[in-house]
Amino acid sequence: MGEKSSAKSGKGFGIFVTFCAMFLFWLLLSGILDVLHVGAGIICSLIIAFVSYDLLVTQKWDKMLRKSGRFIIYVVWELWQILLANFDVAYRVLHPKMPIDPSIIEFDTSLRSDLAIVTLANSITLTPGTITINIDQEKGRFQVHSIAQKPADALLVDKTMQEKVAKVFMEE
Amino acid sequence: MVELIVTILLVVVVLFLAAGVFFMLAGAIGLLRLPDFYTRLHATGKCDTLGEVLIIFGLLLYHIYYYSPGAELSVQLVPVKLLFLICFIFFANPTATHAIMKAAYNTGVKPWKKGDRRM
Repeated sequence: MGEKSSAKSGKGFGIFVTFCAMFLFWLLLSGILDVLHVGAGIICSLIIAFVSYDLLVTQKWDKMLRKSGRFIIYVVWELWQILLANFDVAYRVLHPKMPIDPSIIEFDTSLRSDLAIVTLANSITLTPGTITINIDQEKGRFQVHSIAQKPADALLVDKTMQEKVAKVFMEE
Repeated sequence: MVELIVTILLVVVVLFLAAGVFFMLAGAIGLLRLPDFYTRLHATGKCDTLGEVLIIFGLLLYHIYYYSPGAELSVQLVPVKLLFLICFIFFANPTATHAIMKAAYNTGVKPWKKGDRRM
């Protein structure tokens, strides 16, 4: 009985959060504050919230909030890595001898959930000298193309990025 | 004082645009110079992302300076839309790069190794 009612309140809460997010998005995109536009926004947001609230709010609220906080810190670190990646590629491309030594590497991770794997795959693609080719979700195995030996070692030996993503999504 | 701030803002805008153009150029040169399909994707997948984001961010700052004072709400919200655009590029660009890479790998495009002849 108690479990059922908590699940019910979770549903109402999910719909409410989704509605707020959708409506805020609507206001930011439209910027017109008369009855017609705001009313249409409320109706559309309600429909979307009822249909798809379970896509946005998938877990308990406190856990999601903590993950979001860690994710923002991770994104800041990731932006710095992206900047380094671009200077790295620009250097390799503009250097007269083109210091590249491409290879395909494989490694295993402890990640299993969709969001964690997508985050790591996109991070790998955006950071210096590596692009994700294939992912085996059941084993957490990544297949990565690297443009030189050093970026490959960063994923195979140091594993800073895997650890950071695992920490963000609590899947160590 | 106000003029000084405006000048600094414009210099920052120009710096963002110049950096964006530089990275787009590096990506284009990489597309032409690198030896095979996979390494070319390295150039386009990374440099385009940052180049586009830097250019859009420069335009965002310029919009705030040039249009925002005393404009309607819908005009003042344009920087927010540009921010959404930046977020979308950060998700879409690496995903598209990965999809192209995977398609090439699955159809059996041979990766270039050091010492091979250029294709």
